[in-house]
Amino acid sequence: MSNTDNQGGVWEVFIQSKPGLPHKHAGSVHATDKEMALQNARDMYTRRQEGTCLWVVPLEAIVSSMPDDNDSFFDPSDDKIYRHPTHYVMPDGAKHI
Amino acid sequence: MTTNEALINYCLRLGDSSLILGQRMSEWCSNGPILEEDIAMTNIALDLIGQSRTMLTYAGKLEGKGRTEDDFAYKREEREFYNTLLSERPNGHFGDTVARNFLHSAFFYHLFQALKNSKDEMIAAHAAKSIKEVTYHLRHSSEWLVRLGDGTEESHNKVQESLNDMWEFTGDLFEMNEVDELLIKEGIAVDLTEIKKEWDKTVNQVIERATLNRPEECYMQTGRLNAIHSEYLGHLIAEMQFLQRAYPEAQW
Amino acid sequence: MEDSKKLEEFQAKIDAEIKIEPKDWMPEDYKKHLQRQISQHAHSEVIGMQPEGNWISRAPSLRAKVVLLAKIQDEAGHGQYLYSAAETLGKSRDEYIEELQSGKAKYSSIFNYPTLTWADMGAVGWLVDGAAIVNQVSLQRTSYGPYSRAMVRICKEESFHQRQGYEIMATMAKGTPEQKAMAQDALNRFWWPSIMMFGPHDSDSPNTGNAVKWKIKRETNDELRQKFIDKTVQQAEVIGLTIPDPDLKWNEARGHYDFGEMDWDEFWRVVKGNGPCNKQRLNHHKKAHQKGAWVREAAIAYAKKQKAKQLVA
Repeated sequence: MSNTDNQGGVWEVFIQSKPGLPHKHAGSVHATDKEMALQNARDMYTRRQEGTCLWVVPLEAIVSSMPDDNDSFFDPSDDKIYRHPTHYVMPDGAKHI
Repeated sequence: MTTNEALINYCLRLGDSSLILGQRMSEWCSNGPILEEDIAMTNIALDLIGQSRTMLTYAGKLEGKGRTEDDFAYKREEREFYNTLLSERPNGHFGDTVARNFLHSAFFYHLFQALKNSKDEMIAAHAAKSIKEVTYHLRHSSEWLVRLGDGTEESHNKVQESLNDMWEFTGDLFEMNEVDELLIKEGIAVDLTEIKKEWDKTVNQVIERATLNRPEECYMQTGRLNAIHSEYLGHLIAEMQFLQRAYPEAQW
Repeated sequence: MEDSKKLEEFQAKIDAEIKIEPKDWMPEDYKKHLQRQISQHAHSEVIGMQPEGNWISRAPSLRAKVVLLAKIQDEAGHGQYLYSAAETLGKSRDEYIEELQSGKAKYSSIFNYPTLTWADMGAVGWLVDGAAIVNQVSLQRTSYGPYSRAMVRICKEESFHQRQGYEIMATMAKGTPEQKAMAQDALNRFWWPSIMMFGPHDSDSPNTGNAVKWKIKRETNDELRQKFIDKTVQQAEVIGLTIPDPDLKWNEARGHYDFGEMDWDEFWRVVKGNGPCNKQRLNHHKKAHQKGAWVREAAIAYAKKQKAKQLVA
């Protein structure tokens, strides 16, 4: 084995900080198995009562869009202003709508 | 012996075991096999030292002579410490630490489960809080025992030897004397022969999952109840107490 | 798109304060600079555990022990966050650790000084963490997303570190004569190395130019050093300790403290590996790493077996 041996794979860590809230990316840990990843995430990212639920996901399981995709992925929604409530004209005096 | 005296001794047993094991775990800081594990071991050390503070403070309160947690931790000598023999075993290699912590956490786990129902409110509250921490310590050490046991041939052999080495100190965990007798009658303490049964189950289960063998029954060392220790404890407390001993007038 | 156009767009994003993310195009030099700076920062956190770890077993009270332990543990965590950020630049933690152990990568020289008394735990927390915090607060606004996010998290967690050190100094400074002497001695030994933590003067700092243009660094070495000195002088006065610099005095016109020249021979001597503890620190790291090798191998072997079982099932 060479001088550089294995530190385990990278697992991305997501924390839910309160019931009802979405899980949010917190960082990553190294681990060789699921249980270790979960425990390491717990020890690393919840030392200050940060969480109510933890997810760990192997890095290779995450598929990311690429910067080159941005134009075709995200710009076409630029002109769909009718998806936003402010696009609509409401009669004066109408409430709770 | 009064109930109060017995209870003070009981608190020292709990507090000292947490303290000494916590001190041992803190020695791993910057020495872990991987960065994440360094942090995990320090977390365990922090939990344990926290546990000891509660129990030593309570001992002082029961005694009523104004002694603080630090008076107990820093101003007693070897023959006044009531920690388990297992807790003072040196860290050795990672497998030794895993084996020691596993056996000790399984003991604390079942002990605190039972002590949650103690008639002494402080002991019950301490157990209820500590059980959360110890549940994690047991999970952590169990998983590592399994990884090492079912890992490579080298790790299997190493950790089997660690288990064998620690085994003779496990009998001491369950010894009882008149302190236990008195406190069991009062509903404060629990019968350690019952704890032993639960401990055996847990230990056997995990050892099997780890593809290891339960060490053969052997002569069990004894000492905790009479504050008799291995030679290792003296060095541990000499180091721990250095500043308080060197500068008795100082406040820190 | 040719590189000059990409470079222009890149600079435009930097100027508009848009963070650079791992998958974005970036100049090779930007990436290299980040790899070096972030990993150096990570190594510093990890090596920095040793001088403080030297006193965990001897902490003079249980409270002091848990506080110190929690603080050192945070440092391990910060090292981990930073390695994570550095790994997004296409190099593994193995490689970064290899660079540390081979001496190719550096870490902060401050950790090559020994911690000799309990007061050193005070001095390290107050001065070394104090200096680090000045730098890190500034780095929260760094242009590389993962580095910036790590810094935000680190700054949040570090807030108690400097207080922990200052509290020790304050307690000892008003304690017995021996304690006060220890506190002053610790300040004497750690002052100059602490202000040298900010690195060479801007005029002698080869890495500052691009780093500022690319907003990796938001403030220069000298600016950060001045900030640190300005806020620390008053803190020393409050607890009755004397900063060991006869040239230190308030300069009304500048609105800053003037201070004496640092010993740059010493600085470079320690950087080049001849500080009192350079070899000890690296050897400690290597030894722990080597001793853990069989454990990591076991964990990998176990994971492989589990996967194989899953496939069969």
